[in-house]
Amino acid sequence: MSEAYAHPNYVKIWFLLVVLLLISVAGPMLEIPVLTIITAFGIAVVKAFLVAANFMHLKFEKQIISFLLILALCLLGVFFFGVAPDIMMTDGDQWIDCIADKSCVEQRL
Amino acid sequence: MSMHGPIATHRSAAGVPTGRLATWWLLASEIFIFGGLIACFLLFKLSGTPGFEDASLTSVTAGAVNTFVLLTSSLSIVLAHAAIEKGDQKKSFTYIWYTIGAGLVFLGIKTYEYTGKILNGHTITENIFWSFYYTMTGLHALHVIGGMVIMALISFDIRKGYNYQRVELIGIYWHFVDLVWIFLFPLLYIANF
Repeated sequence: MSEAYAHPNYVKIWFLLVVLLLISVAGPMLEIPVLTIITAFGIAVVKAFLVAANFMHLKFEKQIISFLLILALCLLGVFFFGVAPDIMMTDGDQWIDCIADKSCVEQRL
Repeated sequence: MSMHGPIATHRSAAGVPTGRLATWWLLASEIFIFGGLIACFLLFKLSGTPGFEDASLTSVTAGAVNTFVLLTSSLSIVLAHAAIEKGDQKKSFTYIWYTIGAGLVFLGIKTYEYTGKILNGHTITENIFWSFYYTMTGLHALHVIGGMVIMALISFDIRKGYNYQRVELIGIYWHFVDLVWIFLFPLLYIANF
């Protein structure tokens, strides 16, 4: 069982999450791409923090848990930026398009 | 509170009970599973791979309702935890089953969505967007099913008066499942950028 701490007002947090959900759904209706990205992903990050801090009790948890999660996210960043050039670059000295120059080994699904 | 739980409930090497620490470790590994998929989705989308425009074919209403359902289920499982901390087995049991019910509603809506998409020819092999769509939402749905089964088992345990700490552990897991959906929703339903 967890250590004693005052539980937050969960219903209030849930209500806030629902309001944020409504804003994220309404955002794209304005048809402004930048605003859509902000309302969709910005609000997703805020909602994630609210859930993690209050429902998952991360704000009451030992700091080692936050470090563990931050480490996991940092390693995910390493993966993202490590793989990004391979997927996103389409030119360069080492770039070969084996389909275009018909040099690749035939691949079957 | 029951004092006859497994060793993971009594000992603590890092200041966090071992059972809870193990749950956080599990979630850290889940960050790579879902985070890896989301990272790949973004990489392909940002590199202009054709197919992602199909995001406009997903139902925002269904996605939003499912987000609401999962947020509400998160509320009920955290209330189950708060109830069992006060030793209220009956209330906690009820809240756990509310959560399981919400999980069923979520899966029902997902099934409805899948059926509609498949009947319209949008299958997993159609293009890269649908491959990601079915892989990410399918894997997420498997996590929902897993969580529901574990919750059901825990609910009968606590009714018998033991393993109360597991309500908190399955709660942490369930909130993570909710958290993953919080990111899948804008990615697959809203932001057609």
